[in-house]
Amino acid sequence: MKILVCISKAPDTTAKIAFTDNNTQFDTNGVQFIINPYDEWYALVKGLEIKEAQGGSVTVINVGKADNDPTIRKALAIGADDAVRIDAEPTDALYTAKQIAKYAKENNFDLVLCGKETIDYNGSQVGGMIAAILDQPFISNASKMEMDGNKATVQRDIQGGKEVIEVETPFVLSAAKGMAEARIPNMRGIMAARTKPLNVIEPAEAENATEIVSYELPPAKGDCKYIDADNAAELLELLRNEAKVI
Amino acid sequence: MADRFQAPDYYQIDDLLTEEHKLIRNTVREWVKKEVSPIIEDYAQKAEYPIQLNKGIAELGGFGPYIPTEYGGAGLDQISYGLIMQELERGDSGIRSAASVQSSLVMYPIYQYGNEEQRKKYLPKLASGEWVGSFGLTEPDHGSNPGGMITNFKDKGDHYLLNGAKMWITNSPICDVAVVWAKNEEGRIHGLVVERGMEGFTTPETHGKWSLRASRTGELVFDNVKVPKENLLPNKSGLGAPLGCLDSARYGIAWGAIGAAMDCYDSALRYSKERIQFDRPIASYQLVQKKLAEMLTEITKAQLLVWRLGQLKNEGKATTQQISMAKRNNVDMALKIAREARQIHGGMGITGEYPIMRHMMNLESVITYEGTHDIHLLITGMDITGISAFRVD
Repeated sequence: MKILVCISKAPDTTAKIAFTDNNTQFDTNGVQFIINPYDEWYALVKGLEIKEAQGGSVTVINVGKADNDPTIRKALAIGADDAVRIDAEPTDALYTAKQIAKYAKENNFDLVLCGKETIDYNGSQVGGMIAAILDQPFISNASKMEMDGNKATVQRDIQGGKEVIEVETPFVLSAAKGMAEARIPNMRGIMAARTKPLNVIEPAEAENATEIVSYELPPAKGDCKYIDADNAAELLELLRNEAKVI
Repeated sequence: MADRFQAPDYYQIDDLLTEEHKLIRNTVREWVKKEVSPIIEDYAQKAEYPIQLNKGIAELGGFGPYIPTEYGGAGLDQISYGLIMQELERGDSGIRSAASVQSSLVMYPIYQYGNEEQRKKYLPKLASGEWVGSFGLTEPDHGSNPGGMITNFKDKGDHYLLNGAKMWITNSPICDVAVVWAKNEEGRIHGLVVERGMEGFTTPETHGKWSLRASRTGELVFDNVKVPKENLLPNKSGLGAPLGCLDSARYGIAWGAIGAAMDCYDSALRYSKERIQFDRPIASYQLVQKKLAEMLTEITKAQLLVWRLGQLKNEGKATTQQISMAKRNNVDMALKIAREARQIHGGMGITGEYPIMRHMMNLESVITYEGTHDIHLLITGMDITGISAFRVD
């Protein structure tokens, strides 16, 4: 089974988020980047589990500049066989999907895995777009998958329950919590990652379909007001007239 | 309680590290959060070493990080070694001690002073965690003055006959092999590898410690132990041989202490922002801010100290005296931070809900073992004046 796992970088969940240039640029100063957890914990580890069960290979792919290499090396340390970085800023979902789809098409992968979303932009778009460009089925939000040869039984989270579907390779899948258990790399893996191939390729011609105009931070948290437990009337008054929620 | 640790890096010292350093550091940090933090309080309370962690420590390269890969080590540089020790001690000094002893006091002398057969026989099993090692230098009456040791061996033709006793030995009760320093008939110090099962070799445990409770400590007792001649480490003798091991271990401790300090600072910072007194978080009061600001200043200085020392070690230029200064400064810094953090936590600081008191008690050992706080000061004093103040020659 030839597996391609899409990995995106995302700010560490503890990073302080700020914007510059009149709220049009994300301020990366002092921000630590990690592999998007849905990509790492679920898509990548599931890819490795399939490889371990059936044989084959796991390639990770990232669209980004050279400063992404450390996050890509971590994916290699966890166990991916090789990596590809398409040397371009991933400024738009369609642009990014076109880059990955082109590589996937040229290299005939049986399975393309990605996380259900990135934890920064929450777009959930790239996987579906790759599938559309490749003319393959797209299984989103998958929380479980069992492979039998080229046939997969996939469980998806749907509103209020689960959906179980069957699909044959090739297909594209986005992984959600439950798909696999996160792996911590070991030293052997970290050392092996030094010499695993990380191929940098030039981007294909493609246009952005959308443009980010500005960012906005959520409003700052207000102060906590403490109300005496016996004073329900004051609580109701504040909820009605100040918070205006009832 | 979930481990919410966030490491302070006030001077962006991460920028001085390579990407591989950061990957190694973050990997060990993740592992400690997952494997150590949830259980360590319980093991410390029970006074047990969580030996099941040894496999994980081995997989992280924690046993012999800088020992070449052909002997099962991880083949890493000294800054990686330091970062691994920092993160392990962020979990608990007892876990770091186990890794320190195995790496610098057992594997290092076998690698540096042993022959090829000894390296091949012992190092891979120690690196994989299959074997636990211990190191015997200190004796009941010879701590700061190891050169006065009484433990000795006599040449009996086809073997050596070893007699004596060693004390305060980390992992002695569970060790499979011990690197033991003893005098020959001419009074010259040599290293011998003593294996569990050799007749006359016993390892009684030291009970009732208030410190390093999640680590086993004991004695190594040799009562006419017949040690095969091939177990003598042939390539170095004299007091310089065990002291060379201590240089390596003390270097790791200088990093490790920062881990304990960071954990105390991080916990105190979080607690001070959540704890409300007089209707405001205690972090809003000047005396608490003073404590926190001074903690972070000291941690930052310590981080820069070990980073530079790591560079010197990588270049083979770090001196014993430079290592003494870093060990002394950083352990003292960590202990003071633990005590201040304990105050910020108020009464909660004495409970096992927070790591503070455990770190504080652990550090009381760390400030004494591997060269006491005072002796390290005198090493610096001797280095700058040329006059020994702890030994009358």
